[in-house]
Amino acid sequence: MMKHILSVLVENKPGVLSRVTGMISRRGFNIGSLTVAPTEDQNLSRMTIIVEADDVGFEQITKQLHKLVSVFKISDLTEDDAIERELVLFKVQCTPERRHEIIEIAGVFRANIVDVGKNTLTVEATGTESKLDALEDLFRSYGIRQLTRTGKIAMSRGHDQ
Amino acid sequence: MTNTDSHAASVAEKLARKQTAIEGKPFGMGSHSEYEGKTMTGAKAIIASLECEGVDTIFGYPGGQAIKIYDALYDSKRIHHVLARHEQGATHMADGYARATGKVGVVLVTSGPGATNTVTGIMTAYMDSVPLVVITGQVTRGVIGTDSFQESDIVGITMPIVKHSFLLQSTDDLTRTFREAFYIASTGRPGPVLIDIPSDLSGAQMVFHYPDSISIASYKPTYRGNARQVKQAAQLIMKAKRPLIYAGGGIVTSHACQELVELSETMDIPVVTSLMGKGAMPCSNKHNLGPVGMHGSKYANMAVMECDLLIAVGARFSDRVTGKVSEFAPHAQVIHIDIDPAEIGKIVNPTVPIVGDAKVVLASLNERLHKEGAKPVDDGWFAEVCSWRERWPFYTDDFASSVDYPDKIAPEVVLSMLSDKLDPDASIVTTEVGQHQMWAHQNIRREHARTFLSSGGAGTMGFGFPAAIGAKIGCPDDEVVCIAGDGSFQMNVQEMATAIQENVPVKVLIIDNSALGMVYQWQKLFYHERYSFTKLPDVPDFVKLADAYGWRGRRISRPEEVEDALDEMLASKEPYLLDVVIPTDQTVYPMVAPGAPIDDIIGALDVTLGGVRVSGKGFGKDGRPATAGGEKDGDE
Repeated sequence: MMKHILSVLVENKPGVLSRVTGMISRRGFNIGSLTVAPTEDQNLSRMTIIVEADDVGFEQITKQLHKLVSVFKISDLTEDDAIERELVLFKVQCTPERRHEIIEIAGVFRANIVDVGKNTLTVEATGTESKLDALEDLFRSYGIRQLTRTGKIAMSRGHDQ
Repeated sequence: MTNTDSHAASVAEKLARKQTAIEGKPFGMGSHSEYEGKTMTGAKAIIASLECEGVDTIFGYPGGQAIKIYDALYDSKRIHHVLARHEQGATHMADGYARATGKVGVVLVTSGPGATNTVTGIMTAYMDSVPLVVITGQVTRGVIGTDSFQESDIVGITMPIVKHSFLLQSTDDLTRTFREAFYIASTGRPGPVLIDIPSDLSGAQMVFHYPDSISIASYKPTYRGNARQVKQAAQLIMKAKRPLIYAGGGIVTSHACQELVELSETMDIPVVTSLMGKGAMPCSNKHNLGPVGMHGSKYANMAVMECDLLIAVGARFSDRVTGKVSEFAPHAQVIHIDIDPAEIGKIVNPTVPIVGDAKVVLASLNERLHKEGAKPVDDGWFAEVCSWRERWPFYTDDFASSVDYPDKIAPEVVLSMLSDKLDPDASIVTTEVGQHQMWAHQNIRREHARTFLSSGGAGTMGFGFPAAIGAKIGCPDDEVVCIAGDGSFQMNVQEMATAIQENVPVKVLIIDNSALGMVYQWQKLFYHERYSFTKLPDVPDFVKLADAYGWRGRRISRPEEVEDALDEMLASKEPYLLDVVIPTDQTVYPMVAPGAPIDDIIGALDVTLGGVRVSGKGFGKDGRPATAGGEKDGDE
């Protein structure tokens, strides 16, 4: 089993998200994460889907998705040298005296402080999964009150065909 | 014109329709109708759209959110509406109509329960790749999502079992939606398409324009096989010593029967068929080994186990065919031809995959083989297979007279006799699901595609009878007989009224064993004879039921009555129900236990051992079965 990144171009219409996710779950596969938003063409949306599957299973998912009339194009970005990004918001527990430590860590990771509370700091970070995992590990020792990750988005490098 | 000529003519007509479908053109008048450019209600435009698609028959049931559409239908001079007694019945009728004629079946129902009652029918069509357009009324757009009266999210409910679906959002999209629905349903791998229409759109005014062509950027089926792969396939065939063709429903759908026969005969390759592939090759053709799999013959199953090349065409390696997949065709390289890329590699990883239309691919394969000067395979292989056919027949007259209870009717005998009496050029047999279905599969011989209609993938009890009504409406000159069980017939028995109202003289032959026979059989063989809820009492009295509905009816229970009863049934100009009483403990043999390899066969007749049923794996040692004489028929 390995993680696969699928970039799926679909009709921007109600119900299409259910068609795609329903197809994947119905065939017995689990969606790790999923993002969806309109593209440069308002009639189309792009979904980035992370699924765990072996090669045979992944081939089935791809072929079954291709059969959906609402699906235009599927790119497998797993093997590619694709650009992957994720955005995360951390609400980190921290007394006013230790704020500078968090700010320092954020600086190293090129993350931004987006809100300051009495005993919390909210940090916004983008990057690859491993970078965000490392940041999360560091913040855990302070205590993470709340955490939201967007799920991965991805794009192939250079000229798309 | 002889019946065979008329069959050829009807194939030509179906091929022309297939070409129209692929080109994206409407099946009827398209924009050249009297409606073009006129202002009308959405409801009127729905009926006009159906007329522009050349639809002359629809199956349905009215209701509140469909009432405007029904009001418009009242004025139609081109469309005949068949009023079913249940929406499931209507959907199976449309399915039977579609399977028999090759046209798109059309269903019209209301919202809520009307729509949900079509679900089993839609799923049945989906599993067997049957083109349907199902039109459902929906509550008005303003109240969708508020749990209003007779509201159901039918688009959501049917999402896993449709090829595509539409929730109509505006009358601007109405005609294009209908064109797309007919196009998607009838092309590529066919399937059901649902159009959900909020009733305020049925009432809204619009200007009617019907599109004369359609192209959907995200939907482009592949028809032509890849030339390199076709060449590779040809090379494999030429090298093979023991090739075998496994023919499925895709042959029927794509009208590839002629190409299949050509490949088989010129190369001397035997053919096994799935349930959906029955009729793909004439049963009278000596190369046709017939049913394979769970209730296939021992010789067909052995052919699969012994072949060195399996050519699967328009088939999907269903578990009912393969048994234990890892031991299916263990010595074979596999060529898999299918129009649906997702079927290739789903169950079996082929040596040569070819995505394309079965007819087109087989034609190019035949051409390639001809060009390469391919010689038929060594005739030793086919001769060997034929010797297995001699040794392990499905059934023999000798065996029929040797059964333990000579005064009872054997289902194999009834169905074989029925098969002899039916004109293969002018008859259609439908089945329900269960033991009778498998007996019919084994004993009813067919010469043409689309003359044996059965719920294969879904295994829907309640399919066969309404499908027979739909088939008879589509092919009124054909004798249509539904072979049913006493259990499954009762699942849509209400449609007896439809047959009377529509004056459709279908025949129903019930193999009546007072049990849910197939489950009973499994309980007998695999569940220590614990018959948990599979015995049925002798109610209703089917003859009285026939009488109540205005049908003719007759019950028989003795062998000497069979021939006369069949003659009477087939001579009847009215709907006729024949209730054939058989012992409860009859078992469909041969059988492969679920999950077992398909050469591990229970109850095959072995002529060399004196025509008794034997069980065991493969050929057995020293010409004897591994476990001889274990299963004998009729061992109550």
